[in-house]
Amino acid sequence: MRNVTELLVILVSSSLVSNVVLSQFLGLCPFLGVSRKVKTAGGMGVAVIFVITLASAVAGVINKYVLIRFNIQYLDTIVFILVIAALVQFVEMFLKKAMPSLYEALGVYLPLITTNCAVLGVAISNEQAEYGILTGMVNGFATAVGFTIAIVILAGIREKIEYNDVPESFRGMPIVLLTAGLMAIAFVGFSGLL
Amino acid sequence: MSKAVERLYNGFIKENPTFVLMLGMCPTLAVTTSAVNGLGMGLTTMVVLAMSNLFISLLRKIIPNRVRIPAFIVIIASFVTIVQLLLEAYLPFLNKALGMYIPLIVVNCIILGRAEAYAYSNPPIPSLFDGIGMGLGFSFALTCIGAVRELLGAGKLFGAAVLPDSYVPIRIFTQAPGAFFVLAVLVALQNFVKTKRKKAGKPYEKIGSGCSEDCMNCSEKGCTKRFYDADATEKESKVPAIKTVEEKGSDELDVLDLEEEENK
Repeated sequence: MRNVTELLVILVSSSLVSNVVLSQFLGLCPFLGVSRKVKTAGGMGVAVIFVITLASAVAGVINKYVLIRFNIQYLDTIVFILVIAALVQFVEMFLKKAMPSLYEALGVYLPLITTNCAVLGVAISNEQAEYGILTGMVNGFATAVGFTIAIVILAGIREKIEYNDVPESFRGMPIVLLTAGLMAIAFVGFSGLL
Repeated sequence: MSKAVERLYNGFIKENPTFVLMLGMCPTLAVTTSAVNGLGMGLTTMVVLAMSNLFISLLRKIIPNRVRIPAFIVIIASFVTIVQLLLEAYLPFLNKALGMYIPLIVVNCIILGRAEAYAYSNPPIPSLFDGIGMGLGFSFALTCIGAVRELLGAGKLFGAAVLPDSYVPIRIFTQAPGAFFVLAVLVALQNFVKTKRKKAGKPYEKIGSGCSEDCMNCSEKGCTKRFYDADATEKESKVPAIKTVEEKGSDELDVLDLEEEENK
C-alpha cells in the first residue's frame, strides 16, 4: 500500500509540481516548435509519452543489470544516450513495419524525439534518485504526461494568439515565450499540492 | 593564425550560439539563475565543445558517413563524462549547482550542430578554435542572461549585493518563469534588429540564419538527425530527418517567419 502512495506522489510531482518543461526546461525545443495546433501538439505528446516510458524502462534495466552490476556507473551518460538514440530509431523502424497505422500517427514526431533532452533527463534523474525499474517507468510516464499537458495547453493558447494584435517585435517566438512564462507561474501554484 | 582569429570572432559575435543562432536553449534557461552559474555552464560547455570538435575533426576521415551521428555522440558523451568527473573532484559547488544539466550537455544542439556543420569537414586547428569561439560566445551569453536574472531577482551581481536595500527583488526572475521572460525579451530584441535591417535594405537573413529560431528548425545543423543515417552514402548527401515533417505540415513547424507574418 505504501508503494502505491509513493507511486502516486511521484505521478503528481513529476507531471504537475516539477513540470518537465515549465520548471526544468527539458524538451523545450518540441514544446516551442510543435505547439502551433492542438492536434499536432497532442500527437507529439502521445509520441513523447510512448518513447519516454519505454526509454526509462530500458534505461532502468540497463542501469540495474549492466551499470551497477559491473560497477561502471560513471559510463551512464554515454550508455544512456546511445541506448536512447538507438531505441528511438528502432521503435520507428518497428512501427513502420509492424504497425503502419500507429506509425502514420506518430512517425513524423519520432525523429524529433531522438535528441530530446527530456528523454535523457528522465533516465538520468531516475538514476540519481535511485528509482527501481517500475518506479522509474512511472516517473518517466508522469514526466511525459506533464509534457503533454503543457504542450497541449500552450497550443490551445497559441491558436487564440493568432487573432491578437501583437507588437511587431514580439510576434512569433517572443509572445510564445511570454505565454510559457505565465504558464510557468501558474504551475508554480501546484507546489502547494504536495 | 588569421583563420583561428576569424573562427573566434565568428563564434563570439557573428554567429553567437545564443544571441544569433538561438541554439541550446534548454541549458540556457535552466542554469542561468545567477551569473556565476551561467559562466560555469558556459565554460563547461566550451571545454566539451572544443575537445569534441578537435577529436571529431582529427577522426573525420576515419568515421564512416553512415554512422557519424553515433560516433559524434560517443565522442561528445566521453568528454562530458570526463568534464563531469573533473567538476565533481575540483569544483563540487558548481557541480551541485548545475546538477543534471551537466550530463545533458550531450544533447546540447550546439555541440552536435558544430560537429556536423564544421568539425566534420574542416581541419583540426580551425575546428578547435571554432569550438573555443562558440564556447566563449555561449559563456558570454549565459553570463549576460544570468546577470540580468540575478540583478532583477536578487539585487546581486556575481553574488555581491549591488542594488540598495530599498530595491525589492522580483523573486520570480530567479525562478523558472523569469527565464522565459528574459528570453522572450531577448528574442524580441533580435526581431527588432532584424526588422530594422530589413527596412534599411541590409541583409537581415544573416541574423539567425544558422538555426532560424529554435532547435526544431535547424535540422541541417544536426539537432534532429537520425541516429543511423541509412540514406547518407555520400558525404554531401545530407538527408535531414525533419524533411518528412516539413512536407507533411510545414505550417505547424515553422515557428516564426517574419515574411509570412507580414503577408497575412
